Amino acid sequence: MLKLLWTAPLSAKVGVLAILAYAFVALFAPLLAPYGETAIVGSSYELWSDKFVFGTDNIGRDMLTRLIYGARNTIGIAFLTVAIAFFVGGTLGMLAAILGGAYDMLIGRLVDILMAIPSLVFALLLLTVFGTSIPSLVLIIALLDSTRVFRIARSAAMNVVVMEFVEAARLRGEGMGWIIRKEVLPNITAPLLAEFGLRFCFVFLFIAALSFLGLGIQPPLADWGSMVRETATLINYNDITPLLPAIAIAGLTVAVNFVVDWMLHLSSGLRSDSH
Amino acid sequence: MSSLARIILQRLGLGLLTLFAVSLIIAFVVELLPGDITQAMLGQSATPETVAAFRKEIGLDRPAHIRYFEWLGGIFTGDLGQSLASKRDISEFVGTRLSNTLFLGGLAAAFAVPLALLLGLLAALYRNSIFDRIVNLTTLTSISFPEFFVAYILILFLSVKAGIFPGISNVSTNLAFGDQLFRTILPALTLTLVVLAHMLRMTRAAIINLLSSPYIEMAHLKGTRAFRVIVYHALPNAWGPIVNVIALNLAYLVVGVVVVEVVFVYPGLGQLLVDSVAKRDLPVVQACAIIFAAVYILLNLLADIVSIVSNPRLLHPR
Repeated sequence: MLKLLWTAPLSAKVGVLAILAYAFVALFAPLLAPYGETAIVGSSYELWSDKFVFGTDNIGRDMLTRLIYGARNTIGIAFLTVAIAFFVGGTLGMLAAILGGAYDMLIGRLVDILMAIPSLVFALLLLTVFGTSIPSLVLIIALLDSTRVFRIARSAAMNVVVMEFVEAARLRGEGMGWIIRKEVLPNITAPLLAEFGLRFCFVFLFIAALSFLGLGIQPPLADWGSMVRETATLINYNDITPLLPAIAIAGLTVAVNFVVDWMLHLSSGLRSDSH
Repeated sequence: MSSLARIILQRLGLGLLTLFAVSLIIAFVVELLPGDITQAMLGQSATPETVAAFRKEIGLDRPAHIRYFEWLGGIFTGDLGQSLASKRDISEFVGTRLSNTLFLGGLAAAFAVPLALLLGLLAALYRNSIFDRIVNLTTLTSISFPEFFVAYILILFLSVKAGIFPGISNVSTNLAFGDQLFRTILPALTLTLVVLAHMLRMTRAAIINLLSSPYIEMAHLKGTRAFRVIVYHALPNAWGPIVNVIALNLAYLVVGVVVVEVVFVYPGLGQLLVDSVAKRDLPVVQACAIIFAAVYILLNLLADIVSIVSNPRLLHPR
């Protein structure tokens, strides 16, 4: 893996480094942050100084601290959401490919209908009904996103299910769980991994947008999307503080996209695109 | 009946069926709530009497299927019900909101479509050149930007620093067209940048896909000039994928409009939707959702039909 990374283009290397840096900040947030996550340490909208590197927000919390804790909350929640979406969508997709028939039809049509509604609109509708708490946020977005994962997992597994070794496993009398975990899953890991990166970017931006609209992660939790919203008025005074959390969001998605782009290029091999 | 008309009718029917299923989901999403929406809206402290009165007021005391058909019938007669928050008829204010949103989306499309097609075509023609690499890297980067990031950067540079455009787009119907256009420029520009990268990458991929097919290579081999290959050989087959790309991205634009409208305080349907979600004004949210979904489904349907009509192999399936 490391050797493979060595041959990667510059953009992918930068991407991997950036992702590691984000993960480091998210893991060690309490050690890195100068103040407490929700502590009010100054007056509102203080300017950048030695005491507050990026100033303070609308109720006097340190921006740098909030940015550091935001890594933990924003990335953590997005990651959890995508993980659930992959578990549900991936399992259902592989089942659909293996079982086929009526089950495949039923789930397929259901997914078609769910995907016919723009996901932001559907999410807003569900949030109106269930309210904006973190569990409902995670479950709603995971549900909406699992439809996309279902499609990918199903079409990737379709090509594997017809192989002789799966046939052999079936004739041996292996259970469904065995076939999914030991026969199908190892053979579709590569496309699923690239898809995981793409879905993560999408969900990450999606949650950031919802939080920005005031309907995602709720205060007092530090979160990059809501931080942009809370400090937005500063932009009218020629102050770039509101852009900092937005840059943090953009940085991570750019990094993940760079790595995914490289992975897709690897798995597609040397197509006609390359000459 | 010709096979073309039959296919289009078939797709239209499928689209209507999807819309019907979507309307069912939108109407019955309320029933998913454990307990009752009234309980959730009025809070735990509400007395049973107020809950009952409120249920009667919004019609929750009648069976679900009757409510659904009344709602559906109302949509066809232009009656979208009443807002819980303002007690006004939704159809009164939703019309101007919708036309504002369509104006914004249309303006953004007018910028984005020609630009994306031109740049995508160039990137495909000169693929693996410096130009193509730069385009690839910048589009990959700008796809990763949240919409509000692009919006605030534009506000910072074009509104606050340079003072060319207003940072708030408070349009209203009694403005002159030029004035309305001027105030809509910044949100439209934001949407353009957001959708441009997607459209450009998809155009590039579609054309590269086409240029690698054997008959194009044949045209090159027999000594046809590059320009002639593009215009007479590649382009007739490229229209399908290109229009498909445009329609898909317009559908994307319709939804992307929500965040941008909130940033610029633009009085469109998206802002109404977000405000109503915050107030938990369910009838308005449902009305906005069905309108957004209808436009989205319509554009996707259009993409589907165009790609069939422009491809003889899909038109005459074996």
